[in-house]
Amino acid sequence: MTSWLRIKAIFFKELIQLKRDRMTFGMIVMIPLIQLLLFGYAINTNIRHIPAGVVDMSQTGISRLLIQTVQATQVVDVQHYFQNEEQAQAAIARADIRAVLFIPQDISQRLARHPSVGLGTPASTDEETTRPIAQWIVDGSDTIVAGAIKGLKGMPLVELLNKPANRSVPTFEITLLFNPEQRTVVNIVPGLVGIILTMTMIMFTSAAIVRERERGNMEMLITTPVRPIELMLGKIIPYIFIGSIQVSIILGLGYTLFNVPVNGGLWDLAGATFLFITASLTLGLVISTIAKNQLQSMQMTVFILMPSILLSGFMFPYEGMPEAAQYIAEALPATHFMRMIRGIVAREVDLFAMSYDVYWLALFTLAGLVVASLRFMKRLD
Amino acid sequence: MSNVIIKASKLTRHFEHVKAVQALDLEIEQGQIYGFLGPNGSGKTTAMRMLIGLLSPTSGEIQVLGHALPQQAEAVRLQIGYMTQKFSLYDDLTVLENLKFIANIYGLPVKHQSKRINELLSIYGLEKKQSQLAGSMSGGQRQRLSLAAATLHHPKILFLDEPTSAVDPENRRDFWEQLFDLSDQGTTILVSTHYMDEAERCHKLAILETGIKRADGSPQTLMQNMGANVIEIEAQDLRGLKQSLLPLDGVISAAQLGTRLRVLISDHIQNPVAFLQQQNCIHPQDVLENVRPSLEDVFVTSTGRSTP
Repeated sequence: MTSWLRIKAIFFKELIQLKRDRMTFGMIVMIPLIQLLLFGYAINTNIRHIPAGVVDMSQTGISRLLIQTVQATQVVDVQHYFQNEEQAQAAIARADIRAVLFIPQDISQRLARHPSVGLGTPASTDEETTRPIAQWIVDGSDTIVAGAIKGLKGMPLVELLNKPANRSVPTFEITLLFNPEQRTVVNIVPGLVGIILTMTMIMFTSAAIVRERERGNMEMLITTPVRPIELMLGKIIPYIFIGSIQVSIILGLGYTLFNVPVNGGLWDLAGATFLFITASLTLGLVISTIAKNQLQSMQMTVFILMPSILLSGFMFPYEGMPEAAQYIAEALPATHFMRMIRGIVAREVDLFAMSYDVYWLALFTLAGLVVASLRFMKRLD
Repeated sequence: MSNVIIKASKLTRHFEHVKAVQALDLEIEQGQIYGFLGPNGSGKTTAMRMLIGLLSPTSGEIQVLGHALPQQAEAVRLQIGYMTQKFSLYDDLTVLENLKFIANIYGLPVKHQSKRINELLSIYGLEKKQSQLAGSMSGGQRQRLSLAAATLHHPKILFLDEPTSAVDPENRRDFWEQLFDLSDQGTTILVSTHYMDEAERCHKLAILETGIKRADGSPQTLMQNMGANVIEIEAQDLRGLKQSLLPLDGVISAAQLGTRLRVLISDHIQNPVAFLQQQNCIHPQDVLENVRPSLEDVFVTSTGRSTP
């Protein structure tokens, strides 16, 4: 029979040890605090001020006006002027600049014949209407930078000429739900909850059993009547509270500093968080029963942490990954939590709508507890 | 069945290339203080761990309190106490917190806990230390705390693995007083040691060497039946004398004790004093005396080693 007295004994022992370990205790608060501030401000997928250069072969008023219009978008920051294309490409290769705007000598004629300007007489030939007025040469190795420059492709030329241009009618009307201002933090803040919890929760428990072994307490512990499941539960319960504190710090600061409100229900949030914390904690426990020392447990934590950051959908959309990678991502608790927390924070989804992820995390936790308890032998051989 | 509560037959344990314990037969009666005497690596800890159910034997059988180990290890958990060789309570918990933890783990009812803990604190002289972190205490204090923790649940059998290796002689004597008190109350104690004076205090002991039991019995029986006589020689140049005596047939060992040489002579030599006096290296003015054997002599004759 499972004894609550024994679970309670281990629970309080863990709390006391945690309280005396000032460094770890501090990290519980500092990790979410610092990382949220850092990443909340730093990570931004709306690229601005890409350093750029210009090769102006025409040197006319029109070309200078074009450069000013491009500058006004704030996407690029024109820092260098080059005599010719070769110099400009060398500068890209040196990484002085990321992109070059090449303005041909005949920009005035091109512009006059450009469909957006629409100088009708004499009628433009097909060849003339398909000619772009200038060219961007971009360092394409970073796809996000390249994508930002690509966005300039259809830049309106309204201000370029002192006459109203024929507005072309867009093919699609786009309505942006949930994050109309396209602020990156709306996606980053809930995502960080998943990443920080993955890191701290797995890290804390992955060392839990190994530490007892390394400090020599294990030999005493296994001669007592304590059952593996009691030990496992006693070890993870304190961290459920700690995980909840961390979530509160991240979402509280996310609201006050970055204005990211929790749109969904708080009970849904609590439920999803509880499931994810217990899943991560049991994953840590399983690691702890495999690792021989704390260094090994740390290595295994990093082994789980990296795919949790890169494959969970935190950095790159899940849908964009190849099918095999999606299967791997599905195996990680962080992927399921990422979906749930973003749904709750941004889209006001409730847990019933995400029952697949709920069941998955619950099963993961149960399986983890069983595996950890079975792997934990009350023997030394 | 008599009151044998620990019984092992042909107990064997091999680690990859090491035969840690080989065909060990044991019978320990209730209330005895039973000692394992042997040098480091003689299999004392391995044997003890098997008797607790922490290690599975490679072959052989174990019965502890009527339960077969290691299969029924959980059944005896509440009835045994184990004090590990290395301090295994929590360094970052205080004396009181450690004892409370153990009390809860052993399921001691909450209302009896403080009474029992206070009792232990007073028996083991830890009242003033109760709020001190275990990690900051001296070797002797930690040893007393370990014993308090191991006996908190009134175990029937107490296993002590080299309990006094980290404490000074005075603490060792006090510690043994406490063991005799426990034994008096009916607790069976199995203790491993490499100290002769400790082994001599046991009711019965087994001498282990490289995993094999070389001799067992009470210290007195062992000394009577050791199959050798002890002669002490007072002479000049004891170092040289030792080198000349050792190759002789019948001389088991020779060890210098201050100004005397202690020589063990196999008992197939009828008159050991006369035998020695016939040797060239012994001068007429040298003093030879037949003395009472010690446990150390038993150890030397049964293992062929000079020190444990």
